[in-house]
Amino acid sequence: MTELADFGVFDVLLALALLGSAWRALAAPDLFKATVLFIVFGLLMALAWARLAAPDIVLAEAAIGAGLTGALLLDAVGHLRARRRAREEDGR
Amino acid sequence: MSGSPGAGRSRIVTWAVVGLCLGLAGALAWAMLDLPAPSTRLPGQVAAQLERSGVEHPVTAVLLNFRGYDTLLEIAVLLLALLGMLAAGVAPRASAPLGASSMLAALARALAPLMVLVAGYLLWAGAFRPGGAFQAGAVLAAAGVLLRLAGFLPAWTRPGAALRMALAAGFALFLAIAALGLTEGALLRYPEPSAGALILAIESGLTFSLGLILAGLFLAGPELPRREDGGGTP
Repeated sequence: MTELADFGVFDVLLALALLGSAWRALAAPDLFKATVLFIVFGLLMALAWARLAAPDIVLAEAAIGAGLTGALLLDAVGHLRARRRAREEDGR
Repeated sequence: MSGSPGAGRSRIVTWAVVGLCLGLAGALAWAMLDLPAPSTRLPGQVAAQLERSGVEHPVTAVLLNFRGYDTLLEIAVLLLALLGMLAAGVAPRASAPLGASSMLAALARALAPLMVLVAGYLLWAGAFRPGGAFQAGAVLAAAGVLLRLAGFLPAWTRPGAALRMALAAGFALFLAIAALGLTEGALLRYPEPSAGALILAIESGLTFSLGLILAGLFLAGPELPRREDGGGTP
């Protein structure tokens, strides 16, 4: 019973949300949506590390995994969109 | 549609890739299960030697003292990545700041000093609790990205000599202190009484340069074309 108390409903939901957000980030056809889902995945992952009592990895995951990588990916999506828009305007 | 044979072939390729990935995952899992149990208990060894490391937090002790070589190579790889980006060429265009809404500008003004403060705290806290140079550097870089998005920082179309020296400073300082250990007999062997001070010096340099390098991955790049529809200026 005590072992069950250690792993509660929250952890099961967290694991399911991790798998769900990971799958949707991979499967999303829209790059912007995929990037946002990747950031969501990173923040959920940080929560999972917190539940596993690894505070150092929580900090690294939240700051580098979700924050900086997410910002870089968003930047890349912006560049790709700008390039596509410029190409469409040239073709017109 | 005439594309159905092509679609069928691409589906076969997809399932072949899925099958290969599953096979690789299975092989990796099998190899992991096949590994012998570790004969040495590393956490115990770290705890036994923690007093001699110069810091009180075991993760920092491992990263900067016991396994300092890995950290040295990590910062070298990050620096190389940014140098590669800069060498690959950036479109030489006038770097006008982005047009940003006044709300974002006010938020960036309020948050940037706080983020520098948090980075300093994380750097100092790394000696005795979770924190350290990489996290502090990431917070600094995030402040840089925020200032860039708010239009306070120009893009690095052509980084000057001072900026390039600042980028390499953390790695150079780490390397110099590591080479200092050669007089003691080995690379990265800190003299024991001053190990704590040396680690703090390395981490300060790393925080500074890492903040610049990580922000540089964002800042070095061609200027984004200004959006006509966005922005708060009428």
